[in-house]
Amino acid sequence: MNTFSVIYILWLRQLKRYVRSRARMLSSAAQPLLFLVALGFGFGPIYAKAGGGNYIEFLAPGIITMSMLFTAMFGGIEVIWDKQFGFLKETLVAPVPRVVIMIGRTLGGATVAVIQGIVVFLMTLVVGFRPELGPALIIAPVIGILFSITFTALGTAIASKVDDMQAFPLVMNFIIMPLFFLSGALFPLDGLPGALRVVTQVNPVSYGVDGIRDALVHLGHFPISLDIAVLGCVALLFIAAGAYFFERIEG
Amino acid sequence: MALFSFVFLCFALYCPASRRWRSGQSQQTVNLSPYGLRRFESFPTHQRLSSCYNPRVEQTPVITVKELTKRYGDFTAVDRVSFEVKKGEIFAFLGPNGAGKTTTIKMLTTLLEPTQGSITLNGFDVKRDPENVRRSFGIVFQDPSIDTELTAFENMEFHAVLYGLAKEMSRKRIKDLLTLVELWERKDELAKNFSGGMKRRLEIARGLLHHPTVLFLDEPTIGLDPQTRNHLWNYIADLNRSEGITVFMTTHYIEEAEKAAHRVAVIDHGRIVADGSVEDLKAETGKSDLEGAFLELTGRSIRDEEASSAEHNRLRARAWHRS
Repeated sequence: MNTFSVIYILWLRQLKRYVRSRARMLSSAAQPLLFLVALGFGFGPIYAKAGGGNYIEFLAPGIITMSMLFTAMFGGIEVIWDKQFGFLKETLVAPVPRVVIMIGRTLGGATVAVIQGIVVFLMTLVVGFRPELGPALIIAPVIGILFSITFTALGTAIASKVDDMQAFPLVMNFIIMPLFFLSGALFPLDGLPGALRVVTQVNPVSYGVDGIRDALVHLGHFPISLDIAVLGCVALLFIAAGAYFFERIEG
Repeated sequence: MALFSFVFLCFALYCPASRRWRSGQSQQTVNLSPYGLRRFESFPTHQRLSSCYNPRVEQTPVITVKELTKRYGDFTAVDRVSFEVKKGEIFAFLGPNGAGKTTTIKMLTTLLEPTQGSITLNGFDVKRDPENVRRSFGIVFQDPSIDTELTAFENMEFHAVLYGLAKEMSRKRIKDLLTLVELWERKDELAKNFSGGMKRRLEIARGLLHHPTVLFLDEPTIGLDPQTRNHLWNYIADLNRSEGITVFMTTHYIEEAEKAAHRVAVIDHGRIVADGSVEDLKAETGKSDLEGAFLELTGRSIRDEEASSAEHNRLRARAWHRS
């Protein structure tokens, strides 16, 4: 019984921290908006001329996924933050299995990421995105939740292995950015040169983007069942990795 | 009855420590001392806090450490250390930088696995039964460890849930403890607006929330002004007396240990070099105060270089041996 209370309080903590940090909320909404407006309207005409159709339709799901990716990874990487500010120790000496702590944190971080995804989704509507209604409104959030859990767990795994704040920009530049740019969030995956095609198909973010895009506007590259299957497997893998490394943090 | 009165009288006369957290404000304990408000410095050294009659110190050990060793590669941070802490005792664990204090505390508090040796805390083996060990102690870490984005009350509540305390009981306990450390009025303020001393008090209150048998204080007064430090030690001595809680502390302010501790162990280069009452240590070294005794035992050379090379070794060993 206590396990659930512990997960709940850890989850609640992540949410409180998110709601209280206005700067964080604002900046994490500003970036997707910038991408949407600059890329969406900037490349829109070229995209249309090339016969791709409405670029905003294509781009919006990518940006929604991007905001979830960034928020989820940061939710996981917050472990470094807590190491730095000492709070992590408070949880590490508590009479609770570490796995439970890791699960509570991950669910909290993932929830924040999903909220962020919804906020950005609403923003895309303002910019002119017109998604499919109906079953998409259930399928897209399911994929979003799965996606957010996956990448919060990845963030936790990475943060458990690195020791200081200096790793923050490193993770940003060498993990989050490549995951995002090489994912098909910004461009279609059809007809890419060989190496890039391989990279995008190995990148799990591609399947998240593709699944959400497929659900919302039916512009999928892979079958949606494949998207969900791949994300499910990767989620299990990353959660296991996160739990493994979190278990081995030395205080 | 006569014996009791005598004991009571000794207690009242000798004990400067039932002074208030802030002079005369706390209603948590009864002021037994006619010298209630006098300062430490006005007492001769033999009237230290610990020389008060303390009816709670028992002979049963609450922490037993045997042949404890921690190696990082070929660097030995803690080398076959053995000692006991008795129930109800204030035990000071002293040593220069890099001597092995923090490593030892980490092993005692299940944060680090010993290479060799055994630790029993409150009857539970640290290796075999870490959860019960964790339930048995409270800790105030060397570095701040509260969530500054949460309020004082939320920090306490979080702790209560982690330790599985029942809600109604924990509410009352939180109120009592926050009142005791004089933070109840400010319980709904974010901890980031607190001063260093207030954060420390909050951490102490939190460490006591789950009724621990042992309270670990790893340099609890570092970076605090003398007023706050004084208050903290009085408060800790009060707690030790009123709740019979065992206190395991480290500090670099040797005079604080001299005033507060019933017993002192000195660690240097990973080995225990002295273990006994303050009087024992002074007698052993022929010095008039504990600081003198400490310097006699550990030498006068500055340890920064050594500590950093030890740290360096440790990091290198970690980098190579970890995965």
